[in-house]
Formats: sequence, structure tokens, C-alpha cells
Amino acid sequence: MRSDRNLAKARLASDRSSAKAGFGLTAAAWFGVLFLNLPILFIILYGFTTDDKSYSFPPPGLTTEWFGVTFARADFWDALWLSVRVALFAMAIAMVLGTCAAAAMYRFKFFGKESVTLLILLPIALPGIVTGISLRSAFALGDVPFTYWTIVLGHATFCIVVVYNNVIARLRRSSPALIEASMDLGANSFQTFRHVILPNLATALLAGGMLAFALSFDEVIVTTFTAGQQRTLPIWMLNELIRPHQRPVTNVAAIIVMAITFLPIIGAYYLTRDTQDVAGSGK
Amino acid sequence: MASLTETTRSSSSLGRLSTYFYTRPSLLLLLLLVPPLLWLGIIYLGSLFSLLLQSFFQLDDFTGQVIMQPTIDNYLRLFSTTNLSIILRTAGMAAIVTVISALIAFPLAYYMARYAGSRMKALFYVAVMLPLWSNYLVRVYAWKLILAKEGAIHWIFNQLGLGGFLDWILSLPVIEGSSLSTSYLGTMITFVYIWLPYMILPVQAALERVPRSLIEASSDLGAKPGETFRKVILPLAIPGVAAGSIFTFSLTLGDYIIPQLIGSSRPFIGQAVYQFQGTSGDIPMAAAFAMVPIAIMAVYLAIAKRLGAFDAL
Amino acid sequence: MSSAKSSIAVTFQSVSRHYGAVKAVDNVSFEILDGEFFAMLGPSGSGKTTCLRLIAGFEQPTGGSISVHGKSMVGVPPYDRDVNTVFQDYALFPHMTVAENVAYGLMIKKVASADRKRRAEEALEMVALAGFGNRKPSQLSGGQRQRVALARALVNRPSVLLLDEPLGALDLKLREQMQVELKAIQRQVGITFIYVTHDQGEALSMSDRIAVFNQGRIEQMAPPSELYERPQTAFVAGFVGVSNLLNGELATRLTGQPGACSIRPEKIHVEPAGNAVPPRHADRAMSATGMVKSVLYLGAGSRYDVALAGGGDLTVMLQNRDSSYLPNQGESVLLWWNAKDLMRFQG
Repeated sequence: MRSDRNLAKARLASDRSSAKAGFGLTAAAWFGVLFLNLPILFIILYGFTTDDKSYSFPPPGLTTEWFGVTFARADFWDALWLSVRVALFAMAIAMVLGTCAAAAMYRFKFFGKESVTLLILLPIALPGIVTGISLRSAFALGDVPFTYWTIVLGHATFCIVVVYNNVIARLRRSSPALIEASMDLGANSFQTFRHVILPNLATALLAGGMLAFALSFDEVIVTTFTAGQQRTLPIWMLNELIRPHQRPVTNVAAIIVMAITFLPIIGAYYLTRDTQDVAGSGK
Repeated sequence: MASLTETTRSSSSLGRLSTYFYTRPSLLLLLLLVPPLLWLGIIYLGSLFSLLLQSFFQLDDFTGQVIMQPTIDNYLRLFSTTNLSIILRTAGMAAIVTVISALIAFPLAYYMARYAGSRMKALFYVAVMLPLWSNYLVRVYAWKLILAKEGAIHWIFNQLGLGGFLDWILSLPVIEGSSLSTSYLGTMITFVYIWLPYMILPVQAALERVPRSLIEASSDLGAKPGETFRKVILPLAIPGVAAGSIFTFSLTLGDYIIPQLIGSSRPFIGQAVYQFQGTSGDIPMAAAFAMVPIAIMAVYLAIAKRLGAFDAL
Repeated sequence: MSSAKSSIAVTFQSVSRHYGAVKAVDNVSFEILDGEFFAMLGPSGSGKTTCLRLIAGFEQPTGGSISVHGKSMVGVPPYDRDVNTVFQDYALFPHMTVAENVAYGLMIKKVASADRKRRAEEALEMVALAGFGNRKPSQLSGGQRQRVALARALVNRPSVLLLDEPLGALDLKLREQMQVELKAIQRQVGITFIYVTHDQGEALSMSDRIAVFNQGRIEQMAPPSELYERPQTAFVAGFVGVSNLLNGELATRLTGQPGACSIRPEKIHVEPAGNAVPPRHADRAMSATGMVKSVLYLGAGSRYDVALAGGGDLTVMLQNRDSSYLPNQGESVLLWWNAKDLMRFQG
């Protein structure tokens, strides 16, 4: 009798995804969500505290003066500007190389294809510190001085995979006959690229580029090995964290960093959302 | 008909170029593949190779110059008591972080894959992706605020009258620290927080791939929901967990920022690498130390592959 | 260009397409006439789709030569061929409207915008989709998408239209309706249609001629009725319609001659056991006795599997008419057929 009821319950649960989950499971799921998202709020809260000597909770008072203080600091602006420049350049390189790689991997079968996939994935599969110290040791061996370009070099390397993943996912979702159809209707390779491939890839390419920008803009581990004395915004923040002299300023900078990376990520999400829905509904 | 054919034949230079490549597909492949391969091959593989090379050189303690003569001294130095304890400490932390992440991630992923409606699923998806893509440093910093002696968690425990309990936990061996932000417990919480999305996503994807009909078949054959979960769902989710664990384990092994900002002052592998190359300028020793996470990950990946982790990526 | 040449739309001369050791198309030669509705019929992997792709230019032959209207297609990319394709999954451009899809080929050929628009509308009218121009392909049903794909190809007025199992994704009713429409459209535009399918019914009902493919080769090429009535190989007899294949000892016993042959189930007559072959047929009939093993009711007719007295089986098809003799399972029967209905294979 009991097992019959359980059976019925199981059927019900599998028939409709909206079926009730147990309380324990629901609570555990929501615990995970809150655990992931609540801490960010503390960053914002501490950006407004009047206490600049410790991290006392709750804050003794609230103020907006730290925003003014942050904006008045030249070192903050220098770091922000460097980060933006690095991220833009790394993004551009990653978009070109990532798209090339995705097109080749999608279109062709060739010997050693698996190794190429591994090579593209390796920079994010290995811990950042390995990538960082590798570049550092190569620069040391080759007597390469640290410049803007050494940072870009490192960032572009691990950004390629982000663009690659986005582009190849889109390629795999679109009908392979689209390119053939276009050529069949008289369009040569360049016309096909312009009228069919590019419009179909555009959002995935843009999303990949935005994520690459965000990834580069946020990166700190590899950057510490390739920047020398230069300070990107995350490095500037790290120094502030280790040797704080105006603690809430770090929070204000953190809020600004979040805002700058938040926008491209949300943008990328919306750009690829439709196709994800389509892919999901096909299950 | 014939005249129409004549006019449609592409005669522009672009058209001829297109035809040139169309009839020589391997040339096009080369053109597409060479730039990314050159970049990754020279810059990335080249660097990795130079790392390997450097690890066999040695720093002259007096001149501060690197002596370019192959030696395995650096690797022998890895087995000193200090260095060995650094390695064990890091690997132990990586293992614990991986287990805790899996425990927190599984119910969340399971709920997402099985029970959440499409709207709720989108919400959960954003909730998992946002922290993943938010600034790493900012998120670590958030926990420094929360875990600090004067911060939110200590405050809450004190408000609830449980301050003594928290102090007792902090006084336990291994965890020992004056506050959460200076104890291993704090380091672990932060690690779990930072890498959790990497565990959730592959597990969720693996669960998502379990066809509904399989669960129906199981219950149809008389399995109770609990049995179905243990005998059908869990085994199919294992590759997802294994895939996620690659990330949580590898990322913890290589991180040096979190233990530097939160936890006791005893160093992890990442910090050792950073300090050797930075303060002491001993790049060869730093290179040898960096081989440790690579070696551990090679073993780990071999095991994960057996568990089917690569199919779940 | 001589007039004799221009009446041939497509020529295959000893064409092969090998992928390593796999011979997808193996030394195939044939000609397709201008204005013909030509079907390539065969099971999957028989080489029919590869042949289509060779004509379209998506693949290059590893041996032999292909010409379209007398012009060699060696090294000619798809976009320089006066040939258009209707794809199996339609391959409509998802980012364009229906009208933009249809006008794509004209846009590439730089046809003036107004002219382009008019011709696209005409093409949509022809496939009964007037007024759908502003929709996106995702807003259409499968049958409608199929029509758009057809209009998109036809609007370019190609000299040859290739159709790659275009009705495969449609349900039965719609498929039958589209068969009639496709045939009508082909008559209207007068373009050579080359139609790839694995559905023998589809091929029989629409085509002027059918080439039956098997393992990269053509087994037989003939008009539908000839293909059905006079299959030249056992494969064709088995693939096109249902057939009783007779060979070895059974063939000798039933027909008096060795050598493989076959008989269609509907050509076999049934009489109650003990009856004789009707006298007016007796001199040119062959017969056998047996017992009905099973009866499969199919609506308009029924299918009987009869175990012969000397061993072996024959399948018989009878119309379910009240006036006919319809045996029951287990009944003993006499089977007979006209000698002329026996199909002997060459070689």
C-alpha cells in the first residue's frame, strides 16, 4: 500500500517538472543560492561605512564620501585605464583567434584534432598560477621586459577559449546545410560569410567577446606574474587589500569593478539566451 | 539557359579567390588553424616548456644569477620538511574543498534539473553564473569582511549568544585561529564559495541529461523514489561530479590569493611559487614548485577520466 | 552547343566518389534528360545522396566526370552551377524573413530590388504561401518550411532542381498532398527535377524515370511501370514493392527452370484445395499447393503467407472483395499464376 503510494508519487514527480520537491531539498538548494549571492552585498554595504580602520559589523554609520575620495585618487584612474586597455586588446585578439579555431574545428576533420582541442582548453584547465609562472619564466629566459604587451599576451591566451566555446557552440547548433544552401543559391565563400555565417554568429561572437573582456578585466593571478610594476585595477585592489590605507576606498573600487564586468556579462547572457532556450527545448 | 549560366559564373576577383579556396579546402584549414596554433603553440606551449627548462636550472645564491646547467636539486628541495608540508597542506585543502563543494552543489543542481520550472531554472542559472563571472578578488574580499573578528558572522554568533561556541570551534586543533578570517576554516569557506559554481554547472548538466523516461522506467519496475535516486540518478551524476571536481581541485591547488588574504599565515603551494619568483627571485625553484600542481592534476585527470568526467564537460 | 546535347540535362561518366576504402559512388554512368522528373531511389548509404551532392557541387568526384547541360563541372564550385537544391532539413536562413530567404539567390545575383521582390512574391504564390513573406522560418510549420525551401530554389529558375528527400520530415497525409503538388509544379515550370528518396511509393508515383541505387551502383534505371513489372535484379524486385524471390531448388520446382526469378504477391491467384487451375488459363499457368500459415488483414486487402507442400513459402495478396474466395488460416489452397508474370533476372 505504502509502496503503491510512493510509486504514484514518483510518477507524479516525473510527469511534471513543477512537482513539489521535499522541504530539505528546497532548503538546501536555496541555501546554495544565498551562499553564492549574499556575500556580494557586503561589498556594497562596506562601501558606505564611516569606519575606515576595521571591518566592524554592523557599520557604525553610513556615508557616500568614499566615492568622492576614490574618484579623486589618480592611482585608481591609472589602474582602471590600464585594465580597460588590456581587456580591449586581449578581447580583440581572442575574438580573431578563437573564431578561426572554432571555424577550423567545426568545418574540418584532421589528424591531431583532439590535441588542438586540448591545447585551446589548457590555459584555463591548468591552474592560473602555472600559466602565470610559465610566462614569467619565459620572459625571464628571453629577457623580455614587462610592458603593457606582456599583460595582453597572457590575457589573450586564456581568453581564446571563451570566444572559441561560444562560437563553436553556435556553429554546432546551426544547420550545417546553411552554408551549402547559400553557396547553392549562388553566393561565393565571401558572400556566404557576410550574409549567412556572420549574422548567425554575430551574437555568439559578441557574447564571447564580452565574456573575454570581463575575464581579462577581472584577472589577477596571471597578471601578477606578467605585469611587473604595472598595476591593473585588480592588482591595485590586491595591494590595497594587503596594505590598506583607506579601507572603504577598496570597496568603492570593487563596486565599480563589479558594475563594469556586470554589464558585459548580462549582455552576453541576453545575446545567447534565445539559442539556449532553443537548444534546451530540444531535449 | 546557357547565357544565364555565363552571367552567373563568378568573375570578380573575390569570386575567383573564393573558388581558389573552395577547391583547396586544406589550404583554408591551414589558413584558419595556423594563427591560433601559432599563438598557443609559441606563447603558451613555449612558456610551459621554458617552465620545465627553468625547473632544472639553479639560482646562484651569491650572484643572484640563474646558472643554466641542468640539475635536479630543485626537485630534491621539494621533499624538505617545510616544502612537503606545504604540498600536503594544499592537497588536503583541495580535497576538503572539493568534497564540501560537491555536498553543497548536488542538492542545488538536483533541484535545478528536476524540480525547477523554466522561469525558476533561469533564475537559478543566473544566480549561479553571476558570482562565477563577478570579480574574483571582490568576492574574496567580501569574505574577508564577513569573516573578520569584528565582521558579520562573529557578530551574529555573539548576538545569538553563541560566541563561546564559535570560539570553541576556532580553538580546535587544525582549525585554530583567533578569528574565522585567520583560520583554516575561513580559508576553506572562501575556497568553497569561490569555486562552487564550477561544481554546480557540470553536475546540473549531467542530471539534466538523465532522460525522464529512465526515472519512469525505474519506478515502473517497482523502485521506490529513494532507490531510483541511489540506483539510477546518482550513478549517472557521478561523471558530472567528477568533472566539477577537476575544477575545484585544480583551482584550489593553484590559488595563492585566498590563503594570502584569509587564513593562517602558513603558506600554500601557490604562495610558495609566488614568493620564490618574487621576493627571492628564484625562478628555477618557483618553476619546480609549479610542477607539483601539474603532476597532481595529471594523476587526478587520469582518475577523473576513468569516472567519465570528460564526457560530462 | 548542339541541340542533341542540350536535351540532356545531366551526364555522369564513370563517376566514383570514394572516402578512403568506402565506395560511396562506384563507377556510375547515366544521363538525365532535360525536363525529366528523375528519382534516385535506394536504401540509406546506397550512394543516391552522394550523387545529388556531386551534381550540386558540394562534393567532387574522385573519378570520372559530370557535366550539366554539356558543361563539365570539374572544379566548378556550387555557386557557379546553374543548379539549385531543396535540402532535407530545408536549411532556411533563420535570421531572414521568408521573403528574404526566397530572394536570397536574386540578391546575390544583384537583381534590382523591386524586381527581386516581385519575383519572390510570385514564387511564394506558386507554392501557396502568398502573404507569408514577413514571417520568420521559425514561425512556420514543417510543411510550410518545405514550400519556402522549394520557392527559394525555384525563384532562381535553375536548369536543374535537386531535391534531397524533401518530404521525409512530413507526416503521411501532407506527404501525399505534396507529391501531387510537386508533380504539378514540375509540369508547370518544366525544369528537370532530380529527386532523392528511399520511399519507393514516392518514387513510383511522381517520376518519369527511376534509378535504383545499391551499394554505390545503379541496379536498374527505368520508368516506374517497367521497374515494377520487369525488375532486372533481385535487389530491385525486393526493394520496389513486395516480391516472392525464387531461386535454387524452389525455382526449379515451381517454374521448371533453374535461375533466380520472382513473382509479385498480387499476381498469384488462390483457389480452394482440390480445385484445378481454370481451363482458359491452364496452358500458360504455373501452380503449387500449400497451406495458409498466417493472414494479415490490411484493410483494402489481406496478406497470406502460404507454406508450400514441397517446402518454401509464398506471399499472396488478395483484395478483400465479398465475391472472392478468401481462405482462412490453416486452410489448404491451390496457388496459380500466369507464366508471363514471372520475372526473370538477368545474369
